[in-house]
Amino acid sequence: MKSWRAQVLVCAGAGCVSSGCAGVYNAIVEKIKEHGLSEEVRVIETGCLGSCNMGPLALVNPEGILYMKLTPADAGDIVLQHLVQGQPVERLMYKDPATGKAIAKMEDIDFFKLQQKIVLRNCGLIDPKNIDDYLERDGYKALEKVLLNMSPEEVIETLINSGLRGRGGAGFPTGLKWKFTHQAAKTPKYVVCNADEGDPGAFMDRSVIEGDPHSVLEAMAIAGYTIGANQGYVYIRAEYPLAIERLTWAIDQARERNYLGKNIFGSGFDFDINIKIGAGAFVCGEETALLASIEGKRGEPRPRPPFPAVEGLFGCPTLINNVETYANIPAIILNGADWFARFGTEKSKGTKVFALAGSIENTGLVEVPMGTPLYDLVYKIGGGLKKDKKFKAAQTGGPSGGCIPEKYINIPVDYESLAQIGAIVGSGGLIITDEDTCIVDFARFFMEFTQNESCGKCPPCRIGTKRILEILIRITQGRGKEEDLDRLRELCYNIKDTALCGLGQTAPNPVLTTLKYFEDEYLEHIRDKRCRANVCKRLTKKAGVKISN
Amino acid sequence: MSHACMCSSPNEEELYPLVDQVIEKYRGNPKELITVLHRIQKLFDYLPRQALEKVSDGLGMSLNEIHGVASFYSFFSMVPKGRHSIKVCLGTACYVKGGQKIVEHLEKKLAVHVGGTTQDRRFSLDEVRCIGACGLAPAVLVNDDVYAKVEPDKVEEILSKYE
Ligand SMILES: Cc1cc2nc3c(=O)[nH]c(=O)nc-3n(C[C@H](O)[C@H](O)[C@H](O)COP(=O)(O)O)c2cc1C
Ligand code: SF4
Ligand code: FES
Ligand code: FES
Repeated sequence: MKSWRAQVLVCAGAGCVSSGCAGVYNAIVEKIKEHGLSEEVRVIETGCLGSCNMGPLALVNPEGILYMKLTPADAGDIVLQHLVQGQPVERLMYKDPATGKAIAKMEDIDFFKLQQKIVLRNCGLIDPKNIDDYLERDGYKALEKVLLNMSPEEVIETLINSGLRGRGGAGFPTGLKWKFTHQAAKTPKYVVCNADEGDPGAFMDRSVIEGDPHSVLEAMAIAGYTIGANQGYVYIRAEYPLAIERLTWAIDQARERNYLGKNIFGSGFDFDINIKIGAGAFVCGEETALLASIEGKRGEPRPRPPFPAVEGLFGCPTLINNVETYANIPAIILNGADWFARFGTEKSKGTKVFALAGSIENTGLVEVPMGTPLYDLVYKIGGGLKKDKKFKAAQTGGPSGGCIPEKYINIPVDYESLAQIGAIVGSGGLIITDEDTCIVDFARFFMEFTQNESCGKCPPCRIGTKRILEILIRITQGRGKEEDLDRLRELCYNIKDTALCGLGQTAPNPVLTTLKYFEDEYLEHIRDKRCRANVCKRLTKKAGVKISN
Repeated sequence: MSHACMCSSPNEEELYPLVDQVIEKYRGNPKELITVLHRIQKLFDYLPRQALEKVSDGLGMSLNEIHGVASFYSFFSMVPKGRHSIKVCLGTACYVKGGQKIVEHLEKKLAVHVGGTTQDRRFSLDEVRCIGACGLAPAVLVNDDVYAKVEPDKVEEILSKYE
């Protein structure tokens, strides 16, 4: 490949698109032309770099200097001062909030320094529309290694030893799932990638597909070889047009270069991938519903067993994994199981990508080793709460997750630790709330979500979520009674035990965790007709009657 | 930002040959129903009954089955929408950052409720659950354009871009 004196990487992830990165990109290209640098300096559009609230962003390599909050007018300075005169432009750099000093290099900024990128190894650093960029960073080498030098059993053993667990929410060991699907006798078999990403407040999978689509395709081909499938499907939500476009491109390019198609790497193995677009039903993220939807039907879950590994798409054995799960796999194959298992905790290996959002300074996408303390995510990487705001709760795992109160701010974020306090890692949404969020209304918000999205197939979920929602609405309107809290708990446990699929089984989590950690706020609503966050319109903000603790 | 109006019937008639082409590609293949519905909705911005009747013939499924599937998915609409679709995100991040205020503001401004279309068919107003711009909440989607960090007083300016 051509070697360039410098590269300007302009983030064109969906966040930066909405902040106007296209104008910045065009202006930089224009200025480069003006200064006659087109043959020396390459300008590319990349996927999300992670720090979306600093966008539009440009990273200038080889120095690794990051410029933020750019406008087209800044292009002149970047090109003339930095690229022509060799003087980085201080006014466009990140400023340390404590000292006010400019930090030139991306790697020296806290937000990036504390991260460990495996899944996002290429995001923001390559042009997702150009397969050569991926190849240059060892792309499709893992597939080559597997096809030419490894048996399916060896791949499975590597995955089991790596300790990788599914990142779609449930955390099932990936190697075991591959093993079961490999062992299923019936053919044909299918490989499916779950890119439905329905949890509101989460955008990890979208960013991987927009920023590094080939890593997912490569892993799916590895999966096909391992379990014995020749056809894969990516089920992606319709709300992500940019991701769909980039994935379509990537599949076409991979076919052209024969990383997909017939006789890949001359190994005799054939594999192809098609895209299936969702149509706006949250429950379709659940694996059995997703498979029904690929088959063109209503996306209703069905009881398991039989698991998809035995009876999946069109009744055939099917391996279904999440986008982030797949994105780990080429790196594990190339670097080995032991390398991967060094990151994380005893039972939660590797890293996890989180979408930081809410009332926090640095919103965006971050990847950290499993077991990183919540404090580090919120304060060190996230930069703490928005000015003058006080931490109230960290909400993880979306509508099936829980609210973590301040007393657990040091909890290690991994599957086991979060489960112990009633929350979940989930798909990776991490939303920070402050005193302006009313905890009862927050629980109502999630319950309204699940009640809307319940497919209605089983009564506990269909009717139970409705009853819970009614009670929560009553409380936010100042019509709650103290007995309501016990009634809520009873309904919650009932749904958890009897609902057919994960949607119903986990729907009570936001209510249960808020009842557990913020009961006083519920009681204020009921006894004092007071909403301290001033969200519930029919209640007063100021304390009327003081409650005894 | 161009988004031609496709909801008045003279234009609709011209689209039926394209419907036939779509159906031809998937004839007799009910597994592709959702793909077909996506294509048709792309043509008309909703699913006209007449088009669904053609789908029913072409794919070999009853109209009832087709309705059952189409009504399950919130993405599909059986009624004509406005020329421009406004979708306010009420996912968790946007909710925490005041998405609800944007909805209320728009409802007042456009004199429609969520799910409705203005009388002049200029806008339809809907809620969505996360469009993946959570880091820049609250977010609003107009057709395919994402607006981030929207404040109620920025709404007017945004709307003025769509005729
Ligand atoms: C209601 C519901 C929604 C789900 N949504 C998603 C989703 O959007 N993306 C995803 O990867 N998994 C989702 N899951 C989990 C899938 O059912 C499945 O466990 C996962 O795709 C398996 O992949 P993994 O082992 O790689 O995590 C959802 C589960 C439930 C119950
Ligand atoms: S638990 Fe809810 S979403 Fe799941 S099958 Fe039952 S009704 Fe449908
Ligand atoms: S989209 Fe540019 S940093 Fe996230
Ligand atoms: S929650 Fe609104 S964009 Fe994700």
